Amino acid sequence: MEEIRLMKKDGLLVIGGSAGSLDVLLKVLPEVNQHLNFAIIIVIHRKQGTDSLLTDLLAHRTQLSVKEADEKEKLENGKVYIAPSDYHLLIEKDFTFSLDYSEKVNYSRPSIDVTFQSAADVFGENLVCLLLSGSNADGVNGLISVKKNGGTTWAQSPESAQVSYMPEQAILRANVSAVLKIEEMAKYINSLAANN
Amino acid sequence: MIYSGTISDEQVEILINDVLEHHGYDFTGYSRASLKRRLARLYTMDKHVSFAEFRYKTLNDEIYFKQFVEGVTVNVTEMFRDPTFYSLLREKILPSLNTYPFIRIWLAGCSTGEEAYSIAIILQELNLLHKSLIYATDINPTVLEKAANGMFPLSQMKNYSENYIASGGKKDFSSYYTANYSLAKFAMELKSKMIFSTHNLVSDRSFNEFQLILCRNVLIYFDRPLQFRVFQLFDQSLEKLGYLALGTKETIDFSPISSSYKKVGTDKVWRKLG
Repeated sequence: MEEIRLMKKDGLLVIGGSAGSLDVLLKVLPEVNQHLNFAIIIVIHRKQGTDSLLTDLLAHRTQLSVKEADEKEKLENGKVYIAPSDYHLLIEKDFTFSLDYSEKVNYSRPSIDVTFQSAADVFGENLVCLLLSGSNADGVNGLISVKKNGGTTWAQSPESAQVSYMPEQAILRANVSAVLKIEEMAKYINSLAANN
Repeated sequence: MIYSGTISDEQVEILINDVLEHHGYDFTGYSRASLKRRLARLYTMDKHVSFAEFRYKTLNDEIYFKQFVEGVTVNVTEMFRDPTFYSLLREKILPSLNTYPFIRIWLAGCSTGEEAYSIAIILQELNLLHKSLIYATDINPTVLEKAANGMFPLSQMKNYSENYIASGGKKDFSSYYTANYSLAKFAMELKSKMIFSTHNLVSDRSFNEFQLILCRNVLIYFDRPLQFRVFQLFDQSLEKLGYLALGTKETIDFSPISSSYKKVGTDKVWRKLG
């Protein structure tokens, strides 16, 4: 397992997941420190029209500010952004969000691959992507791109996942930097921010 | 599919420039992240062997260029998408246009026409279709041909029927189309009040005055300056007290026209002040 590389200022952590990933977020987010030198984006597959519900649910569990990502909004350190349902979420070179209503990818919109790949393009090595529990392989190609561009890739340990297929595929195909149990995740995330 | 790395930022700019100079299509105001992904996707899907070959074909092959425009722009749409929005149209906006002797609607960026047929269905149920005209425009001639055919995949009808009911539709949705192999062909009557035409929001001007303009999930692909220009175009094309409807993640807030508009309900609809 590789050592954790500290995040430089204005970095990005993207967490992707599908079936069984909400529980993980509800356990991990409360343990994440408030002052981070990077932003967090969460991309979870879910039914259309349940956006505010998810945002509220996560916002109640953490001191961090949680909001749905808006078109042209600029990323800020220490904030958690949720990819809105039924749009792909991309990031521009000026660190603002773009939304895209193009074809589903891996039967999914938002697609984790799309956000991981877009983030890899903009953030390069100043990026960490974590793939959680899920029943399809969306996100795995994204992890490959992240690694290729020098970023760090993590997968949930399949034994700890409600649905193990997604992290299994990540481990099998993307040569991830670290495999994390749920209770290790917050520690890993916090240690990315050096000054804390 | 792994698209990233197939097209560089510099190559994106080269293509944008080529397409503007040789074909007169201006993509300079498009958001780059999405555009880059579309170009990389096209490059991979069309199995180009090198960037030079992709560029040459885009420049010189007119037939391929049509395909290029269709591939670069996003043409995903559905009938009665966002049922709460269509319920607002049905309950409030379209009935309020009943006072006009003639109703003109502009659907900008209509793609393959699913929204045009959705609006026509509601107009017909409100007994307004006979005095309405829907101008459905798109940058892309190929999708307009599809829109004019009024045939959509039969496999989508279950989903569209659910959307229709969720938006307040009371009829049997299948009464609006006839099944033809794998396609659902929509009633001619609906199409009789539609005019399809190419219109480029980036470079073309206002061509009429409307009481309702819909442009949903088009502006998300534009950068701020281009969004503002398109809002001006809509403002010039909208009568006083007319309505402007955008996609669920789009807004006129912070734009130069916002002070002369008032929001209607919780969906993304604004009314121009009198």
